[in-house]
Amino acid sequence: MSTVTDTQRKAPAGERVADWADGRLGIYGLAKANMRKIFPDHWSFMLGEICLYSFIIIILTGVYLTLFFHPSMNEVVYHGPYEPMQGIRMSEAYASTLDISFDVRGGLLMRQIHHWAAVIFLAGMFVHMFRVFFTGAYRKPREINWLFGFLLFVLGMFTGFTGYSLPDDLLSGTGVRFTQGAILSMPIVGTYISMFLFGGEFPGTDIIARFYSIHILLLPGIMLGLVVGHLILVFFHKHTQFAGPGKTNKNVVGMPLLPVYMAKAGGFFFLVFGFIAMIAAIATINPIWALGPYRPDQVSTGAQPDWYMGFAEGFVRVMPGWEINLWGHTLVLGVLIPLVLFGLVLGALALYPFIESWVTGDKREHHILDKPRNAPTRTALGVAWVTIYFVMLIGGGNDIWATHFHLSLNAISWFVRIAFFAGPVLAFIVTRRICLGLQRRDKEKVLHGRESGTIKRLPHGEFVEIHEPLGPEQLHTLTAHEQYKPIEIGPTVDENGVERKPSALQKLRARLSRSYYGEGNQIPKPTAEEYKEITSGHGHH
Amino acid sequence: MKKLSARRRHPLAAVVVLLLALAATGGLYAAFAPAGKAQADDTAQSLAIDEGKKLYSVGCASCHGSGGQGTTDGPSLVGVGSAAVDFQVGTGRMPAQQPGAQVPKKKVIYNQAQIDQLAAYVASLGAGPITPKQSQVDPSGADVAKGGDLFRTNCAQCHNFTGKGGALTDGKYAPDLEGVSPKHIYEAMQTGPQSMPSFPDSTMPEQEKKDIIAYIKTVNGDDSASPGGLSLGGLGPVSEGLFGWIFGLGGLIAIAVWVAAHTAKAKKS
Repeated sequence: MSTVTDTQRKAPAGERVADWADGRLGIYGLAKANMRKIFPDHWSFMLGEICLYSFIIIILTGVYLTLFFHPSMNEVVYHGPYEPMQGIRMSEAYASTLDISFDVRGGLLMRQIHHWAAVIFLAGMFVHMFRVFFTGAYRKPREINWLFGFLLFVLGMFTGFTGYSLPDDLLSGTGVRFTQGAILSMPIVGTYISMFLFGGEFPGTDIIARFYSIHILLLPGIMLGLVVGHLILVFFHKHTQFAGPGKTNKNVVGMPLLPVYMAKAGGFFFLVFGFIAMIAAIATINPIWALGPYRPDQVSTGAQPDWYMGFAEGFVRVMPGWEINLWGHTLVLGVLIPLVLFGLVLGALALYPFIESWVTGDKREHHILDKPRNAPTRTALGVAWVTIYFVMLIGGGNDIWATHFHLSLNAISWFVRIAFFAGPVLAFIVTRRICLGLQRRDKEKVLHGRESGTIKRLPHGEFVEIHEPLGPEQLHTLTAHEQYKPIEIGPTVDENGVERKPSALQKLRARLSRSYYGEGNQIPKPTAEEYKEITSGHGHH
Repeated sequence: MKKLSARRRHPLAAVVVLLLALAATGGLYAAFAPAGKAQADDTAQSLAIDEGKKLYSVGCASCHGSGGQGTTDGPSLVGVGSAAVDFQVGTGRMPAQQPGAQVPKKKVIYNQAQIDQLAAYVASLGAGPITPKQSQVDPSGADVAKGGDLFRTNCAQCHNFTGKGGALTDGKYAPDLEGVSPKHIYEAMQTGPQSMPSFPDSTMPEQEKKDIIAYIKTVNGDDSASPGGLSLGGLGPVSEGLFGWIFGLGGLIAIAVWVAAHTAKAKKS
């Protein structure tokens, strides 16, 4: 961008370095193709960035922690600076975590940044995922990227769980025991998997070292690959955008990658890092020194997993302790059913985009986001899912609810059991009513304008509120969404009079499709004729 | 008899009958009452028992019965010992406000002298654990680490890892141990109040009780160190998750909104 026109000048150092690199890496071509790539601007599009940056922070701090952590279950006697553990026998893993907390320079801060970033990473993914869900951003062509994101969330849960277990403290050891119980509840294969995973009977001497490999290599490696794939697909598909004037399914309205987004994203990375570091400097997370080393004969009922495993804990806590004894074999339904539900609840999330596109028959590309209210059935299903999830989180922390709200533990368990069935139904109905109400409001605004708050008194004494007509931009935004027609099974008798019998699956699909787009399940948006008729100047409405 | 019956409506007749009745009962009592100790017992102990009995009749008898024998509303106090009284009344649990899943800790309404008198009276009903002396409960010089190990083995199931308390069934709970005096912790272990099992000296010697007290004071006292910053109630992952969502992610979303609102604009606004 130099304005110097002298062709005889020696190129500046930066240009020479760039030329050198271009000759070997072809960076000019890459830059030309991508530097002006446009990204739309909305705060909710930065939720994914929060996840990405906290993931990077986790990797950076995790590398530091590996320098001092000993993933070994060898027993040692503690003689460090923390007095309440003096002379206690513990695993090397626990002792080295105490050392990281009290001896290593910056160790405690690094541990806390690592753990807080993990809590925030998972929470960020949850919110990011539901931003994508409620705006319909997972529709074609982004279904694969939805699956990538889903896998990142699930792998994040298990990476978090293995990391939480590494210090070999009493809290996480109880969690590992819980997991072993869940594994054992699997019919036939359970005992084999448990013996294989723990290298023998629980707890054995291998599990920490194995979790270490899984936690620092296997799962983060897969996640890193998925993150890269996720970002490449975001680049390739281009970012979605909300409806608005000038925004179509074929363009992206926003700012270029360079310089605007590089600056914003780079700055945001440091804001995220700084903020998480500040949280970590203020608040304790997982004070393992207070918990003591893991011993299978010690336990506390006040043991919970980190929040992202809390719903699984909830399933187990509220499930009645049923079991079946057959021919000398025990099927522990009290744990097996929660394990199956854990898979089903998560699996439903993964499959939803495919289910929806089958129901609606919509195979077109979508780059304009839906407002949640304009897809009432989807929004209501999403809220129903979130309701199940949070009801189970209440179940997972039922002891804290009991002590802090002076409630009976049993009453909470019964509430959660009933709410597991009734909550999502109620949430579905309520959410759909709210969405339809908001659609009506949008229609009203388009046809009659915005309530101005100005009250006018007419000559005959009547008071009316003046409605200001919306500008063309707002009119476009409020009416940009498409409205679908439900799929019909079609005539059951063709033109030649031959009877055609629709399959049960077709009937189901038509019924589901009606529940998405049928009469009463969406408010018909105002047509141009309606608008003209009302705004043509005859009479006040 | 006629003379007598003729005077039965005399204004003083009722008084005479009353006097005769009183004289008869008094005489019978004097004849049949247990002799007791020959000389009047005016030692401090017996005075305390007497005073305690008075306090007991006012504050406790409605549930525990006039002689501590217990009623449908309260258990028998025979054999609970002075330590149980000192714990229950000294922490404000007794006198109970209302029946419920568990009697909560509340404002103490008796002073220590009165509590001692009540304890002396209840102890006189039957032998039981005795209120410990200061030297028995003093945790100075005790082994904190061993206390921690003992705590995790015997107490953490209900009281959580560091004595923050936890929930039991049907509205019962194990209370938070922060701020509980060494004496009361000792007495609770000795007597096993409400849902708590008791740990008499035969299963948990005095020294081990001291170790546990020392551990609780170190990790869950008023001046316990929290090297990592705010302890968030010391409740573990539930409060951490709540904090992470509300302040962690909430703060970051606020920053994201701020960043998105301050963008390069194509046109000046």
